[in-house]
Amino acid sequence: MSFTLKINGETKTVDAEPGTPLLWVIRDDLKMTGTKFGCGVASCGACTVHLDGEPVRSCQTYVDDIENAEITTIEAIQDDKIGAAVQQAWTELDVVQCGYCQSGQIMSAVGLLRETPKPTAEDVDSYMWGNACRCATYQRIRAAVLRASEIMEA
Amino acid sequence: MTLNTSRRGFLKSAAAAGAVLFVGATAKGAMAAGQSADAMLTPFVKIDASGQVIAIIKHFEMGQGPATGLSTIIAEEVGVTMEQIGFEFAPSDPAVYNNLFFGAFQGTGGSTAIANSWEQYRTAGATAREMLIAAAAQAWGVEATALDIIDGQVTGAGNSAPLGNFVAAASEMTPPEAPRLRDPSEWKTIGNPKTRRLDSPAKVNGQAQFAMDVQLPNQMVTMIKRTPQRGGLVVSFDDSAAKDVKGFIMAQTLPTKHGVAVYAENTWAAIQAREALEVEWDMAAAETRSSDEIRDEIMAALDAEPTYNVNKAERAAVKSAVDDADTVVEKTFYFPLLAHAPMEPLNCTIEQTAEGDIVLHDGAQMPTGPHMAYQQIFELPPEKIHIKTMLAGGSFGRRATPDADYQVEAGLAFVMTDRTRPVKLMWTREDDIRGGYYRPAFGHKVRVGLNADGTIAGWEHQVAGQSIMKGTAFEAMSVHDGIDHSSVEGIGDSPYQIPGMAVGLTDTQKATSVLWWRSVGHTHTAYVMETMMDMAARAAGRDPVEFRLAHLTGDEADQTRKAGVLRLAADKAGWGKAPTGRTQGIAVHKSFGSYVAEVVEISGNIDDGIVIEKVTAAVDCGIAINPDVITAQIEGGIGYGIGHAMRDQITLSDGAVEQSNFPDYEPLRISDIKMIETHIVPSTVAPTGIGEPGTPPSAPALANAIAALTEDSELVAELPMAEAGVYFA
Repeated sequence: MSFTLKINGETKTVDAEPGTPLLWVIRDDLKMTGTKFGCGVASCGACTVHLDGEPVRSCQTYVDDIENAEITTIEAIQDDKIGAAVQQAWTELDVVQCGYCQSGQIMSAVGLLRETPKPTAEDVDSYMWGNACRCATYQRIRAAVLRASEIMEA
Repeated sequence: MTLNTSRRGFLKSAAAAGAVLFVGATAKGAMAAGQSADAMLTPFVKIDASGQVIAIIKHFEMGQGPATGLSTIIAEEVGVTMEQIGFEFAPSDPAVYNNLFFGAFQGTGGSTAIANSWEQYRTAGATAREMLIAAAAQAWGVEATALDIIDGQVTGAGNSAPLGNFVAAASEMTPPEAPRLRDPSEWKTIGNPKTRRLDSPAKVNGQAQFAMDVQLPNQMVTMIKRTPQRGGLVVSFDDSAAKDVKGFIMAQTLPTKHGVAVYAENTWAAIQAREALEVEWDMAAAETRSSDEIRDEIMAALDAEPTYNVNKAERAAVKSAVDDADTVVEKTFYFPLLAHAPMEPLNCTIEQTAEGDIVLHDGAQMPTGPHMAYQQIFELPPEKIHIKTMLAGGSFGRRATPDADYQVEAGLAFVMTDRTRPVKLMWTREDDIRGGYYRPAFGHKVRVGLNADGTIAGWEHQVAGQSIMKGTAFEAMSVHDGIDHSSVEGIGDSPYQIPGMAVGLTDTQKATSVLWWRSVGHTHTAYVMETMMDMAARAAGRDPVEFRLAHLTGDEADQTRKAGVLRLAADKAGWGKAPTGRTQGIAVHKSFGSYVAEVVEISGNIDDGIVIEKVTAAVDCGIAINPDVITAQIEGGIGYGIGHAMRDQITLSDGAVEQSNFPDYEPLRISDIKMIETHIVPSTVAPTGIGEPGTPPSAPALANAIAALTEDSELVAELPMAEAGVYFA
């Protein structure tokens, strides 16, 4: 079945079965591999993308439910002012280790800062709780979100 | 090892834009016969005429930092900045890219990436520098000794020019026999805390390519339907329902009969088709035991005479010393099976070239493993097999199995096809959590006798669990006189000066497939040593830090360095001066040549929940090449150790794994540890491990804090702590 998606400002048509998770449409059909598969059950956040500006787990978002929605992935987040600030903070603090979860971490962090531009450390812990990092880079994730908030203000 | 350079000054490739200088090792005698002189030279450093310096990284990058670390060493020796260097992963070639600590084997593990490469990469970088300088000296008619390379410019005797100008001439030169290594006083990049990771930018913009991201034209996605219990075999399968899944291609039983390979056009179709596949299993040889039975066997072994007298102790004499002591502290510990659960589920992609070569795209931790296995599977000589190492989304040991498990699965799945379409083998998270290769379950029973003056009179220590190394290719390296060193490392060889220690070991039956897991035996031995030291200190009425220092009075480096990190961590954490409402615990351990002490500070209480407020760490890992990467590894190592100790375990019910995904194998979350502070001891000795040493002291430091708070050490003798009734807020 054919679906039309608006993703990163472009309109794309994909052939997929109804009920296919957006994650696999993005990765396998559109060949955009920045969005990651980690658990498939919305328990790790590695697949986080934005739907109309809101972070969602793309492994639990289905292709037939999202026509007309604007999808944003890690590949286009630098075009967003908050996204650029988050990426800058992430690089300044060398947050990444293996890096596999970090697309999802960044997409969630942008969601947090859009909602709460000046978060506290507790706000970060609460909002980012669902994004797992097996390398345990959390100390730096927390610091980088707070740093991104400073960059946004400057 | 000797260093040499290429006789071939120019690459045919247009992309090379002129001359390329290679510096690398020649494979004296180790290389298979029949290769050309050009192929004999495999570089560690590649520099083209534009001046672009590329470090060739012989270790894989799972986040622990060797891509940055080895590039730092090369940059320093050549004389370029970190902005002027890039990196590529080495191909699989154990004759040249072997881990110098592993013999003729290319691989990453045991926190050895920097330690084994230090002199090798320094020498390679220094060789390149001296050859470029020699070429410049010749061009300018000056003495080479008057020149240096600074920030990519060959400079001296009134001249200055980019190093790229001399690449063509340098590549025709004979390399120096013994290049001068830069003196530490010259270092600008090594030891610089401002050095950034080279892999950061691509990992924050979605461009980094992990094995999972390999998308070859026309590839199939393959998943394996495995037996619910380890050891079951396929009798038959019915794929009629799978045929209803759009994108399903075929299903075939693996030649080993351990599963059925399901081939599909894409990942979602593979997931659904595998789900729809019906399989009849022969479970006659399958594991049927439950965790409780495995535990019972371990506990019974702790009460019996051990099979191995690990440190050749006078066991009877040690026993009487403990029996006759003024006070005896006794404790039995149990450690469950643990999964590694790296963020990137296991996967790899395999294809055949037009020439009939096999190419594996893999986050390859030990390329030599699949390289050897594929020679058998595809009946090809080694030079027809190529391994392209991709970034790995974590591993913690899981991507290095002695039997190359998932790469062999991919090879078998591919060899059953007509090989016209690449095969991407994918594991889901459920496959990963249930797929075996766990940190083995272990039990310890310890009796420590204390004299009236609070010193240790004797230490009886029994260990029981399943051997990791026996029956693998690593047996010869790690098993001596029947004793698997990885079961007991960190006890008898601890730097502590403990009089009258007897260490016994009994191997228990094979219950499941087991594997090294970040810090291997130290995951349990450090926990037992350090919680026992605390219990002994308390029983003796002595401060835990002072008590430990009293057993580290020797002037050997082992004692002074261990005591050094202990003092530093205690000092930086404000040991003994915790704010009101907070309790501290400390632990110190040597592993992989490095010394790490950690202080965990907690608040809360056992009823409302415990909060981990702060962890203060001190590390001595020799020369700190990238201080910020070291700090990151300590942070990550602490999180890995504490997260599992808090709440994770793998359990079996009638042989089947009960957990399946993150909801029941809960990762450490951002809110679990409020703050980590790391201090690095300045050092002039050769660098040692950093990927693993942060993990061992973390859980016992937490346990000691909890025991100090609750005055109940029984709460922390069982892991995970949640199972023993410790609740974390």
